[in-house]
Amino acid sequence: MSSATGIGAAVKRREDFRFLTGRGNYTDDINRPGQTYGYILRSPHAHAQIAKIDVSKAKAAPGVVAVFTGADYDKGGLPCGWQIHSKDGSPMIEPAHPPLCKDEVRHVGDQVAFVIAETYAQAKDAAELIEVDYKELPAIISTDKADAAGSPQVWAEAKNNVCYDWHIGDKAATDAAFAKAAHVTKIDLVNQRLIPNAMEPRSAVGDYDRATGEYTLYTTSQNPHVIRLLMGAFVLQIPEHKLRVVAPDVGGGFGSKIFHYAEEALVTWAAGKIERPIKWTAERSEAFITDAQGRDHVSHAELAMDKDGKFLGLRVSTKANMGAYLSTFAPAVPTYLYATLLAGVYSTPAIYAEVKAVFTHTVPVDAYRGAGRPEATYLLERLVEKAAREMKMDQVAIRRKNFIPNDAFPYQTPVALQYDSGDYPATLDMALKMADWAGFEGRRQEAAKRGQLRGIGISTYLEACGIAPSAVVGSLGARAGLYECGQVRVHPTGSVTIFTGTHSHGQGHETTFAQLISDGLGIPIENVEVVHGDTNKIPFGMGTYGSRSLAVGGSALVKAMDKIIAKATKIAAHLMEASAADVEFKDGNFTVKGTDKSVPFGQVALTAYVPHNYPITELEPGLEETAFYDPLNFTYPGGTHICEVEIDPETGATQVVNFTAVDDVGRVINPMIVEGQVHGGLAQGIGQALLERCVYDEESGQLLTGSYMDYTMPRADNLPSFKVGNHVTLCTHNPIGAKGVGEVGAIGSPPAVINAVIDALSPLGVTDISMPATPLKVWQAIQSAPKKLAAE
Amino acid sequence: MPTVRMTVNGRAVSGDVEGRTLLVQFLRDQLRLTGTHVGCDTSQCGACVVHVDGVSVKSCTLLAVQADGAQVTTIEGLAKGDELHPMQAAFREHHGLQCGYCTPGMVMSAVDLVKNNPNPTEQQIRDGLEGNICRCTGYHNIVKAVQAGAQAMKG
Repeated sequence: MSSATGIGAAVKRREDFRFLTGRGNYTDDINRPGQTYGYILRSPHAHAQIAKIDVSKAKAAPGVVAVFTGADYDKGGLPCGWQIHSKDGSPMIEPAHPPLCKDEVRHVGDQVAFVIAETYAQAKDAAELIEVDYKELPAIISTDKADAAGSPQVWAEAKNNVCYDWHIGDKAATDAAFAKAAHVTKIDLVNQRLIPNAMEPRSAVGDYDRATGEYTLYTTSQNPHVIRLLMGAFVLQIPEHKLRVVAPDVGGGFGSKIFHYAEEALVTWAAGKIERPIKWTAERSEAFITDAQGRDHVSHAELAMDKDGKFLGLRVSTKANMGAYLSTFAPAVPTYLYATLLAGVYSTPAIYAEVKAVFTHTVPVDAYRGAGRPEATYLLERLVEKAAREMKMDQVAIRRKNFIPNDAFPYQTPVALQYDSGDYPATLDMALKMADWAGFEGRRQEAAKRGQLRGIGISTYLEACGIAPSAVVGSLGARAGLYECGQVRVHPTGSVTIFTGTHSHGQGHETTFAQLISDGLGIPIENVEVVHGDTNKIPFGMGTYGSRSLAVGGSALVKAMDKIIAKATKIAAHLMEASAADVEFKDGNFTVKGTDKSVPFGQVALTAYVPHNYPITELEPGLEETAFYDPLNFTYPGGTHICEVEIDPETGATQVVNFTAVDDVGRVINPMIVEGQVHGGLAQGIGQALLERCVYDEESGQLLTGSYMDYTMPRADNLPSFKVGNHVTLCTHNPIGAKGVGEVGAIGSPPAVINAVIDALSPLGVTDISMPATPLKVWQAIQSAPKKLAAE
Repeated sequence: MPTVRMTVNGRAVSGDVEGRTLLVQFLRDQLRLTGTHVGCDTSQCGACVVHVDGVSVKSCTLLAVQADGAQVTTIEGLAKGDELHPMQAAFREHHGLQCGYCTPGMVMSAVDLVKNNPNPTEQQIRDGLEGNICRCTGYHNIVKAVQAGAQAMKG
């Protein structure tokens, strides 16, 4: 059914009415009868021993119900979901991760005590009465220095703070490629730490029903079933049938709400202890020091080329900061989500990458929008930009020369992945046209007349998402499968409820999935309800991250719908006294081929539930099907981003004046939502390039960018309107053809911005600028540049 | 504890509050008007914007006692029943929201912005919404929505 609400239609979102009228239901909006409030006393030190904790005054404070410390907590620690093995075959160092610290704190914000009171203010007041005797210890903050001999140690078992020392690719082949190179371009890069900052702070409400023995956790999660599995099986030992996890409306995630956090375990565990519900909601300052942070790589890379600029080999060495503990997905991010992407869109025949993960006395680092792929893309696209300048080649020409050609798919990279489809020249050509690349020189000259330095930068990127084939990720260290579950329940009157294990926290699943199913079943979109976010309603799920919801979760729904159609076809055949082989389903009607005999979908649904005239010996009554879909491969979106900046040399302020993104995200169900996803990703990518940076004091380990007055979130006046285009090649291995769109904006854009800044400053001889390119940094680069600005 | 009385969304309300109780806490915790959100603790993000005596205010910067006697409008009071305010309708039409968390404050700020400047340019909208942080949309569609909402508010 191609219609105003079908696949490809820009259907207005069904979730918007409640959000626009204040009727959303976020975790902090939930209040349970008899609810108490939790406050967590946190470490003010980056590294200290806890010599003594005295909670007696806090326990006696007004309204206090209970105070728990590490000595009271008798359950398990937070598990890590991925295990990496080092070059030498040894498993990564995997330290304990208790929800409440007992003897030692390892980052500012680490959990020390959990205070529960009748009101939040009372809990917070009581926490001030807790006396903790800390013996301060030296801290290590720097990613680069963490593994130096003599650095303060985060964990006794992790010598020189090394969690793992891993590699991928063919070292000998890569060395051989470098040996025959005509030119080698080298680059040193820092991909700075970021703080995800979903606008809704994390929150958790724990509840325990003594009558049934059932625990319920309401939480700000992207994947409630994963939380149930991790917390139930590994932390609190509550079996799944006695544990319900609900992720209601969630105000943005960007990765930071994938992970299982201490507070979720604490409110659930303590609710059982006090037999009353407990609500905990992070204050923003608390979120800054407890939400898993992102990126934080220090890298050196070298690109070997022949005399014509053809890439021969790539060598990369990266140090990645894990923070003080291993968060749920953390070890996978700088390995299988990063180094496997180092081929990018290029046919580089030999690649070798080493990644050393280090512990520091900082907040744990884990997946943040793009997760590893922005780091790989930034490294590659900065390196290619530098290579073009050194080879005196055109920025576009060097990319074209090295693109994986369209006839090479499926293309096996030297770093494990096999790309199924793509058309890199097409997205490039479209972006060049939309951005008026050819007209740039005129714009540069016009800007120069106004005293502005104008530059243009390009990034041709690729990413791997649609996470992920279970057998593949299992062999790479994942401790879980990464399939998805979908359920389609047809009601007797023909309306449909669909259940998905993915979770929408801004992505608009309630609209997109309804389009997918109403289109497939030929029924009005109003007759389809989408349910997500509750482990008691949805059979199972792995959740939403890695741009997987449509490619994996949508595919599960399509598989379930296929089963519905297959069964309904048999029922329809019975009703029409025909062979099922002769019945076709189209636009909501079952028809005997070549006749005018037809029954509508609704009549078949009713027959399934009122089976008076029914093939009862062949078929069960009812019309409800579940499918689990395990993807056959990752999906590979890609595209071209072009950024144009103007720099005011007087102030160093950089303004993005044009931004063009042409992406290939596979099949598009709702173009309005897809464009919105790209916009949001671009804002985060431009934010990384120009504004955002998480800064700790290197000595004390205090977070210096701990509020919105210090951490520069992109605001409306920092960004331009975007030009967004789309060129589709279909994913070849899932039933929808979708690739994924959630992360492309954040992956492709940072190098385009920085390459544009370098281009603007290149007349002065500037060849490098690090992220974020703040006015101060740019101004300093101008001041210390080899060449001076021409006198005005 | 002091008692505050105010008119919220046209309804007379009262409640006992602590001196330190913020207006946003009174609205959310006592009146259960949870449409107004808290996104930060430094009055930067604007998720909590409501109208107090017709002017947009970050309700985390005002004590509940300071709003004693005031006329307060929250996001719940903007639509007429199921009929969205033109600015709300414009946000829906132009996909000016994703997760919905910043949305109530964004819409309340936008309504006030347009009241003061019925024909805002793109730059004026961007400058005017500088105190409202959105992490989802990149602001592109919010700007479009506010432009359309401004036209629609002329009725």
